[in-house]
Amino acid sequence: MKPDKKTTSKVLTANRLNDGISVWFTGIDWSVNINDALVAADAEAGSALEAVADKATAVAQHCDVVLIDVEQTANGVQPLKLRERIRAFGPTITYDTGSFAANYETRSTAANVEAF
Amino acid sequence: MYRYDEFDHAFVGARVAEFSDQVKRRVSGELTEDQFKPLRLMNGVYLQLHAYMLRIAIPYGTLSAKQMRRLAHIARVYDRGYGHFTTRQNIQFNWPALSDTPAILQELAEVEMHAIQTSGNCIRNVTADHFAGATVDEIADPRPYAEILRQWSSIHPEFSYLPRKFKIAVTASEADRAAIQVHDIGLKLVRNAQGEIGFEYYVGGGQGRTPMVAKLVSPFVAERDLLSFTTAVMRVYNLYGRRDNKYKARVKILVHELGPEKFREEVEAEWAVIRDSELVLPAKDVAAIQAYFAPPVLRDRPDGLIALADAFKHDAAFKAWVRQNCNEHTHPDYAIVTISLKAIGAIPGDASDVQMDVVADLAERYGHDEIRVSHEQNLVLPHVAKADLPTLYATLVEHELATSNAGLISDIIACPGLDYCALATARSIPIAQAIALRFADLEHQRDIGELKLKISGCINACGHHHVGHIGILGIEKRGEEHYQVSLGGAADNDTAVGEIVGPGFSAEELPGKIEVIVNTYLAGRVSHGERFIDYTRRVGLAPYKIALYGAEEVAH
Repeated sequence: MKPDKKTTSKVLTANRLNDGISVWFTGIDWSVNINDALVAADAEAGSALEAVADKATAVAQHCDVVLIDVEQTANGVQPLKLRERIRAFGPTITYDTGSFAANYETRSTAANVEAF
Repeated sequence: MYRYDEFDHAFVGARVAEFSDQVKRRVSGELTEDQFKPLRLMNGVYLQLHAYMLRIAIPYGTLSAKQMRRLAHIARVYDRGYGHFTTRQNIQFNWPALSDTPAILQELAEVEMHAIQTSGNCIRNVTADHFAGATVDEIADPRPYAEILRQWSSIHPEFSYLPRKFKIAVTASEADRAAIQVHDIGLKLVRNAQGEIGFEYYVGGGQGRTPMVAKLVSPFVAERDLLSFTTAVMRVYNLYGRRDNKYKARVKILVHELGPEKFREEVEAEWAVIRDSELVLPAKDVAAIQAYFAPPVLRDRPDGLIALADAFKHDAAFKAWVRQNCNEHTHPDYAIVTISLKAIGAIPGDASDVQMDVVADLAERYGHDEIRVSHEQNLVLPHVAKADLPTLYATLVEHELATSNAGLISDIIACPGLDYCALATARSIPIAQAIALRFADLEHQRDIGELKLKISGCINACGHHHVGHIGILGIEKRGEEHYQVSLGGAADNDTAVGEIVGPGFSAEELPGKIEVIVNTYLAGRVSHGERFIDYTRRVGLAPYKIALYGAEEVAH
């Protein structure tokens, strides 16, 4: 079933200008953890976030600032779309074997990978 | 290998300085993202799902050990310890900080590399046969011509803002390993009746949402005319190519809409004006570039035969690897070695910094300092003495680089897909991993024989699914990943676009369905010599449809 755009919860996300890392707006600042995000549960709150988006773009410290649809679950904030879930939790593949393990670093946790 | 002259060094250095200034102005807020985006793309810097991505050009897929070591260093210092070799013989880093990109480009410039024209609507990195200069079946090394085209097309003022991106591939062998017929321009070196070198000249191939096989525009363009004829092709495209719709802007659409005859007429008319201009390629200039690509001096190593025979007796895995991953070299004591970046269950085309350093060391010690990147996302050492193969193999085994699967079903091309790519609609890498694991038994893979399986995570077809013997396209369907399977595609001399076999499958279903397809082939082939693609061409899709969907379903 398609989510109802008017009533779907939303968070504001962007990529940080300096390093491109995905971040979410907390209401005050930006966090690399989607669970820190301010969730707009209604249209009014969504409009407020949109205003922040315009400002964030204007001051130019973030790129690709957009609102995305999310839901609150027992595991925290989950984007509705797979694309945004992967963006939030990192690649679903691991680099923890063989010679890849030396520099293994990701924001994914086992729980997040399992969520897919 | 080509070496930068003073002009090249000054030019690349100036671009690094220019981009460093642009990054500084962007970070300070002086430039907006809208202003900066085209500038960063001109220098290979994309913004993907999780971070920036830097795509670095590897002209015609040729690298020295020093350059490969520098890539390893960049992976280690500025990225997360790995890089991804692409189907255009380039490398991509997935996590560079924008603020580090000037330093990375400076490090690359020091080893005569850059990221210019790895994005944008310009002529991209010219690709070539990864066995060039070593294989027995070529008439001349195609790379000098690729290098001439690279020099000619670099910041070419007339062709820097084309209707759309433009890709050229060159081969000189009877067996096409460079997929020339799915490029905007595909060139095959040939000799005419007088023994002169020229090009079979194809235009208008490509994949993406409208796959097309290139059309032969001229059976023989003389060497002297390479640049004038190419200029004529580019001018016709630049003038008539559509700019109103990016999905119809590639030259393949123009060739298709005009028809090959009319397109050829337009090119000939333009060419008549410029063929004797300053664009004539002087033989002495060709010779000067060819000198850079002079083959290494290979001393005779007749000890190789005994060394191999001896090693074969004790090590069946080594023997299988030599048979599968080593190709015939022009010198009988040498072999062309394919280093698989497709260990079973690994990420296709990815190499860790450690692996890159290992390959660089091996190239220096045993491979006359030359490495190639193949469009099939493997690495190649083109000049290795057979006598050195046992030692080389032992080192490759230590670093998960010795999988003997070149050309087999687990030698999968896969784009980064939705795990990284902002354009993707489904994941590719986990699908490749699951299929490789399903067919993990190498003996079974050898029994199946040559089978090119290619996976794209969206319709843009970076994973070449249209020309896979088995092609897989990931799409989003009602919020879920869904995979369409096509069969019968090929990117060799008999290039063909595969045909969709029927309704697609979920990620969970897919490996089992691929097994059904393979088993259908195994049951139906007349002999081991009839490859998957031969069988599929002979019988069509009917047996596969019945096996996948049931006879009753197919009848309806």
